[in-house]
Amino acid sequence: MSLDMSVKPEGVDTRHGAILYLDDVTVSFDGFRALNKLTLDISVGELRCIIGPNGAGKTTMMDVITGKTRPTAGQAWFGQSHDLARMTEYEIAHAGIGRKFQRPTVFEQHTVFENLELAMKMDKRVLPTLFARLTSEQQDRIDAILRLIRLHGQEDRLAGLLSHGQKQWLEIGMLLMQEPQLILLDEPVAGMSDAETARTAELLNELRGKHSIMVVEHDMGFVAEIAQRGKVTVLHEGAVLAEGRMDEVQAHERVIEVYLGR
Amino acid sequence: MNHLYSRRGWSVLAACTFVAALLPLLHLALPAGHPLHVSGYAMGLVGKFMCYALAALALDLVWGYTGILSLGHGLFFALGAYAHGMYLMRAIGRDGSYGSVLPDFMVFLDWKGYPWYWAFTDHFWYCMLLVVLVPGLIAFVFGWFAFRSRIKGVYFSIITQALTYACMLLFFRNDTGFGGNNGFTDFKRILDFPITAPGTRTALYLATLALLVGALLLCRWIVRSKLGRVLQGVRDAESRLMFIGYDPLAFKLFVWTLSAVLCAIAGALYVPQVGIINPSEMSPANSIEMVVWVAIGGRGTLAGPIIGAFAVNGLKSWFTAAFPDLWLFALGLLFILVTLFMRKGILGTLPLLARLRPAARAGAKVEVKEEAA
Repeated sequence: MSLDMSVKPEGVDTRHGAILYLDDVTVSFDGFRALNKLTLDISVGELRCIIGPNGAGKTTMMDVITGKTRPTAGQAWFGQSHDLARMTEYEIAHAGIGRKFQRPTVFEQHTVFENLELAMKMDKRVLPTLFARLTSEQQDRIDAILRLIRLHGQEDRLAGLLSHGQKQWLEIGMLLMQEPQLILLDEPVAGMSDAETARTAELLNELRGKHSIMVVEHDMGFVAEIAQRGKVTVLHEGAVLAEGRMDEVQAHERVIEVYLGR
Repeated sequence: MNHLYSRRGWSVLAACTFVAALLPLLHLALPAGHPLHVSGYAMGLVGKFMCYALAALALDLVWGYTGILSLGHGLFFALGAYAHGMYLMRAIGRDGSYGSVLPDFMVFLDWKGYPWYWAFTDHFWYCMLLVVLVPGLIAFVFGWFAFRSRIKGVYFSIITQALTYACMLLFFRNDTGFGGNNGFTDFKRILDFPITAPGTRTALYLATLALLVGALLLCRWIVRSKLGRVLQGVRDAESRLMFIGYDPLAFKLFVWTLSAVLCAIAGALYVPQVGIINPSEMSPANSIEMVVWVAIGGRGTLAGPIIGAFAVNGLKSWFTAAFPDLWLFALGLLFILVTLFMRKGILGTLPLLARLRPAARAGAKVEVKEEAA
C-alpha cells in the first residue's frame, strides 16, 4: 500500500483541512512514556509553533511523524490517506514531509549546490539517479533557493566549510528543494547569532502560507516573532498542555507553573 | 576535485595503459638477451598485480565512496576464481594423472561422476556467466539481509570477515566438491589454447588490462554521476539521505553487488594466470590485505587503490624473497604508518606535497584549496 503512495507524492488528500493529524499517539520506551496520548492537528498552510520544556516529547513527536519511531498506540495521519505508522522514512519524505534536524545535518563533503541538487524533488530510485542530468529549469530552481537562503555565490563551497547558521539555512533550502507539503523544523535557531536568528525569522515569514510548517523551538522571542497571531502548542510530559495564541499561552497558569517550576 | 578527472589525469592513465600494453610486445618480439626484453615471469607478475588492482578498485567503490568497510572481499575474488577454475578443470580432459574425464581429486575420492552443480561447466561462456552470477547473487542476498537490518560500521565488517572464513572452511572440505585444500590446479588449456604458451599468456594479460581500464572508467562514471554523490551521502549522513527521500538500502545493495561482481571478475582473470586457486584465498588475512592496498593507495580516489595494489604487492614480491618471515610485520607496520601519517594514502598525499613545495620555496603562505580541475 505504501509503495504506490511513494510514486504519487502529489496525492496528499487534505479535503478535511488537516495536513497532519495525530490521534492519541503514545510512545513508550521501556515503560517510560515519551508521548502520552498526544492529539494534535495542523491545518493546510498553517505555521504552528510547538514549545515545551526539555523531555516534553517534542523530538519524539517529530520522530513519529517522519517514521523514525513507531507509535506504541494511536494513529498518525498525513492528509487523509497516508498512515505514517506504516511508512518508511524515505516513503514519508517522498509523500511530502521534510524535516530539519536539531543539529544541522548536511552533506559536508559535497558542495552547497550538490546538497541542493541531491535534495531536489525527482525520481530517487537507483537507476534514474544514475542517469540523472540537470535540466536548465532545475538549475533555475536551485538558483532561486540559493538566493532565498542567502547562499548565492557560495554554491561551490563545501558544505562542511559553512558557518553554523549557513548550514541551518542550507538544510532549510534542502527541505524546500523537496517541495514538501509539510515542513518540520527542530530548533531552527539553536546556536545562531541574533542577526542570523532575525534572518531565519524573515525566511520563515516568507514561507508562511506556501507550506504547512511546524516549528519546535525554545527561543521565546523567536516564537513570538514567527507565531504572530497563529496557534502555539505547549507540550508537557508527552501531551498537549495548552494551545492558543502566544499571549494566551503565556498567560496560562499551568504553562507558567511548568516553565518556572512550582 | 580529483586529479583522476583532470586532463593530466587522463594523460597519466593513457600513458600507463600504453606502457602496460607494450610489455607483452617486448616479451614476444625481443630475444631473451635483449636489454629491453621482458621476461614471462615479469609479465605474469604485472598481470597478477592488475587482478589485485581490479579487486582494490572494487573495494574502493564500497569502502572509499560508500563508507562500507568489507573485510570479506577475498570471498568474491575466490568465488570468481573457482567459477572460472571449474571450466579450466574440465578443459584438462583426459590429460590428468589418472587419465579420467573426472578431475584428479574426484578420482581420488572415488567419485563416479560430476556432482549436479558441475553441470555445463565444460562450456567456457557458461562458466563466465557463473563468475558474474554466483558472487553477485551471494552478495545481493547477504547485503539485503545485512543492510535491511541496518547493520553498519564495524559490525558489518566483522560479519563479512566471518562470512569469508565460514566459506573457507566449507571449501576446505573434500565433500564440497571443489578439490578441498588443494583447490584447482594443473590447468592445461583454455579455449583449446595451451595455457602456458606465451601467446595465451599475452592474451590473458591483455584481457586483464582491458578489463581493469574498463572497470576504472565505469567506476569513474558511476562516482561522478548523481548516484555517486548519493553513495557519498550514505557515507557522510545516511539519515539525512533518508529524510530527503532516498532509500539507502537500494543504493547500498547496488554498489555492494557491483563491487562483488568486479572483484569476482578479478578472481576469474587471476586463476588462469597464476595457475592455482585454493581455499586459502578466502582466508581473512587476504581480505584484510586488500583493505591495506586501498588505504595505502588512497581511498575514495579510484586510481589510488590501483597504485596501492601495485606498490604493496611489488614490495611483497621483493620482501618475501629477501626476508620471507618478516612480510606480515612489514605489512602491519606499513599500515600503521599510513594510518598515522598519510591518512589519505599515496594519492591523497601527493597533491598536498606538490602544493607545499613551490610555496615553501617562495616563502608564500600555503593555501590548501581543493583543486578545481
